[in-house]
Amino acid sequence: MTRPSKEALAEMALTPEEYDRILDILDREPNPVELGMFSALWSEHCGYKHSKPLLRLLPSQSPRTLLRMGQENAGAVDIGDGLAVVFKIESHNHPSAIEPFHGAATGVGGIVRDILAMGARPIALLNSLRFGPLDNPRNRHLLNGVVSGISWYGNCIGVPDVGGEIAFSGSYSGNPLVNALCVGLVEKEKLASSSVGSEGNLLLLVGSDTGRDGIHGASTLASRAFESGAEMRPTVQVGNPFMEKMLIEACLEAARDGGLVGIQDLGAAGLTSSTVEAAHRGDGGFRIDLSKVPRREDSMDPYEVMLSESQERMLLIVRPEARDRIAAVMEKWDLPCSELGRVEGGGRARVFNGREPVADLPVEALASPTLYRLKGSMSRDVRKARRFPLSRLPLPGDSPAGVLLRLLKSPNVASKEWVHRQYDSQVQTNTVLPPGAADAALLRIKGTSKGIALSTDGNGRLCYLDPYVGGIIAVAEACRNLSCVGAMPIALTDCLNFGSPERPEVYHQLERCVRGIARASRALKVPVVSGNVSLYNETGGRAILPTPVIGALGLTEDVSKRSPAGFRNEGDLVVLIGASAVEGNPGSMAGSEYLEVCHDLLAGRPAIDLDMEVRVQALCRRAIAHDLISSAHDCSDGGLAVALAEAAILGGLGFNGDFNHNGRWDAALFGEAQSRVIASLPPRRLPRLQSMAQEVGAPLTVLGRVEGEEFRAGGFINLPLSRLDDAWRGGFEEALTGGTP
Amino acid sequence: MRFGVVIFPGSWSDGDCFHALKNVLGQQVQYLWHKDRELPALDCVVLPGGFSYGDYLRAGAIARFSPIMAAVERFASGGGLVMGICNGFQALCEAGLLPGALMRNVHLQFRCQWTHLRVEASNSPFTRACRPGQVLRVPVSHGEGNYYLDDASADRLEANGQVLFRYCAPQGEVTPEANPNGSLRNIAGITNARGNVMGMMPHPERCCEGIMGGVDGRYLFESIIQALAGE
Repeated sequence: MTRPSKEALAEMALTPEEYDRILDILDREPNPVELGMFSALWSEHCGYKHSKPLLRLLPSQSPRTLLRMGQENAGAVDIGDGLAVVFKIESHNHPSAIEPFHGAATGVGGIVRDILAMGARPIALLNSLRFGPLDNPRNRHLLNGVVSGISWYGNCIGVPDVGGEIAFSGSYSGNPLVNALCVGLVEKEKLASSSVGSEGNLLLLVGSDTGRDGIHGASTLASRAFESGAEMRPTVQVGNPFMEKMLIEACLEAARDGGLVGIQDLGAAGLTSSTVEAAHRGDGGFRIDLSKVPRREDSMDPYEVMLSESQERMLLIVRPEARDRIAAVMEKWDLPCSELGRVEGGGRARVFNGREPVADLPVEALASPTLYRLKGSMSRDVRKARRFPLSRLPLPGDSPAGVLLRLLKSPNVASKEWVHRQYDSQVQTNTVLPPGAADAALLRIKGTSKGIALSTDGNGRLCYLDPYVGGIIAVAEACRNLSCVGAMPIALTDCLNFGSPERPEVYHQLERCVRGIARASRALKVPVVSGNVSLYNETGGRAILPTPVIGALGLTEDVSKRSPAGFRNEGDLVVLIGASAVEGNPGSMAGSEYLEVCHDLLAGRPAIDLDMEVRVQALCRRAIAHDLISSAHDCSDGGLAVALAEAAILGGLGFNGDFNHNGRWDAALFGEAQSRVIASLPPRRLPRLQSMAQEVGAPLTVLGRVEGEEFRAGGFINLPLSRLDDAWRGGFEEALTGGTP
Repeated sequence: MRFGVVIFPGSWSDGDCFHALKNVLGQQVQYLWHKDRELPALDCVVLPGGFSYGDYLRAGAIARFSPIMAAVERFASGGGLVMGICNGFQALCEAGLLPGALMRNVHLQFRCQWTHLRVEASNSPFTRACRPGQVLRVPVSHGEGNYYLDDASADRLEANGQVLFRYCAPQGEVTPEANPNGSLRNIAGITNARGNVMGMMPHPERCCEGIMGGVDGRYLFESIIQALAGE
């Protein structure tokens, strides 16, 4: 093979220097299949070549962690009672931009197989989605397609979709973010490995036939920026959720057999990455024969078979004596199963097509892409936006009540019930707090008194203005959501959605953001056990807002002690945890929903006090554990007024408060100062909550009462609850059907 | 009582039905595999929800041809109690054990939500623990639950007392707004003419414990247990 041109290498997301390294490793020219394998495995998507040095900054261990990040397909934490929870978040952004239905559907399928590869039963899904504004028909098409795709796939496989978030911003037009998180439950001693184990073990391929779909998805789609006009559909895969459901049942049944050594899913870069990763984990090599791979089309060549990303396939590594038993399980579930080859010593990836050698490469080199540590710098636009004098911002023309209604209607804030109701959130009968009912989803663990809570969070606007603080806030808020339902945060998974790291301003965002996540993770004592990186999220030369999405897992020892977000009892007091007064500090408007909706402005410098955050969360959990509070809801998008309004709407009960405040009314009502939670409680319990707050060191302010059918905030807002309800419940669908921008 | 829960490839309420019957209601339960041709000794067969065979072609359309369905038909013709929930209802209609068909939801979207059901007939083995007109709160979760039957047959169904449940508002009024899928006359659950085979789209097995947000699903299972005990 002659040396490919620089352009041809760029198509494969390889640099000329990387090609030279391949020549050094092999001491010869690679053949096209071999080059394809390097290209896929050294891509950002599989090899994390730009992000790995940064990911090492993340704390990954705690007394509960059973596996470290990157060690296996997903992280695992011990929840006691002999059980482990496995979880991971992953992006499917680029495929969803091209073909939203199948892009999102196969995103769900892929993350479910990651969990399955740990031997765990998938018990919950969450999605974190970002789209461009809904006044653009293309964005509406993307949203509809993505939601239908998730609904179609997730509902069919019988795994409940229990939550997540959806947000909108101009920067995601043409490059939506589709991050899927899956949670699995497994007996601790049954945690599966995806390593090949010892020499002579057999490699079985089970599931779908291999077709021409998704060839080079890893390197072409996921590892460089793309133009939306270009025809890229052949690189997107098509899902078959029924086959996935069969794989789940069959693999879990097979995993009970001690002769099953390892399970590995076929994801990005298909057979190439699954075999090489499994061999690398086991310090071994392998030999496979591609003529044994069942194909959808006879004419497929070895290159296509090695790089196909056909969905719903798993690689099982079995001891020879267990082969027939495992094959019988697959037959019971009517799943095709073929023996591809076996584990060998010597650390080589040897691929044959019948007797003809197709590739012979060192596993270690394939699994070790060149790592890049680039230099970042803050962009001038960001410097300017941060310096904007928010104190001199004119007050809005709208009244406070008018602003509140506008914010409640904004698709970022409005109820997402239109989405949730298309997902089965109840199957498996564990969902105690369903989507929308509380700040986090809560699932019981059958056979124990325990529950696990789940939440995702990530704010692109805040990360744009300050990626370090934005990273801290993403972690703080995801964990705060868990604490608001009464669960202790025990693990994080992160999906880092950024533009091209080859731009200094994007690399700067990535690096600062990871450092922020690491800082918050240490402060809250919660390790990052798994994750995924999605770079090159750009269209037309513009990067998306830097959007780390944090998935957080919480544990509660007693699932009967929990708190919804909505008010529950007429006459309850409403308190603000985390502040000793309602402050109208202009700085709190930085990056807020209010600035965007009412001033079309992205400016200011977000801030957070992590010590305060830790104390506020501790107080929430303790108050819930002692049955002191009736409801808890954190102040997030739209600030204090929106949080109060949401608690009132969800509970179907009014609010009446004085609202003495310092400073600007817009900042007091709609500023997004961090570490604040709205709680309601029977008046007689206030003294106990106050003394608990003092012990913990978290300030507390009484705001008012749950009362009547109106929403009254001092002299500012006096609206019937039904008006708030209509705005909040109707806003999303109105935007989606083109009612208002 | 002895319950059997069928597992088709793609079933996903099998485990939920098993859990509700065994751990909540304390009954004997066993799984039945779709490739089996004979049923063990049982008092009631449950066809659970899910996407049997991926619901390719039509929901429940392939499940009716699986070997176990012939055995279920024999069991039903001998008077055994058969309960089809969601996909199980679809399969019973496809198999001709129940009249009518379940089409795509009228709005073309999947719906997972709590619904209210008005009990239309409380003399059935599936509803005898209920009061006539009682409103039950039970969730639905389906994309193809839009019940259809021609008008004359629907009139006969009603005259025979075969309509067990209708979607209704919380106070019991049968309104178009309360209908989650466009079902004819808000019909949510029916029986065959003999009254021993029942199908419903809502999921009673999802609401047998308070922690799941409601316990009205128990009325159905307790009705069956009472009927079998001859109470």
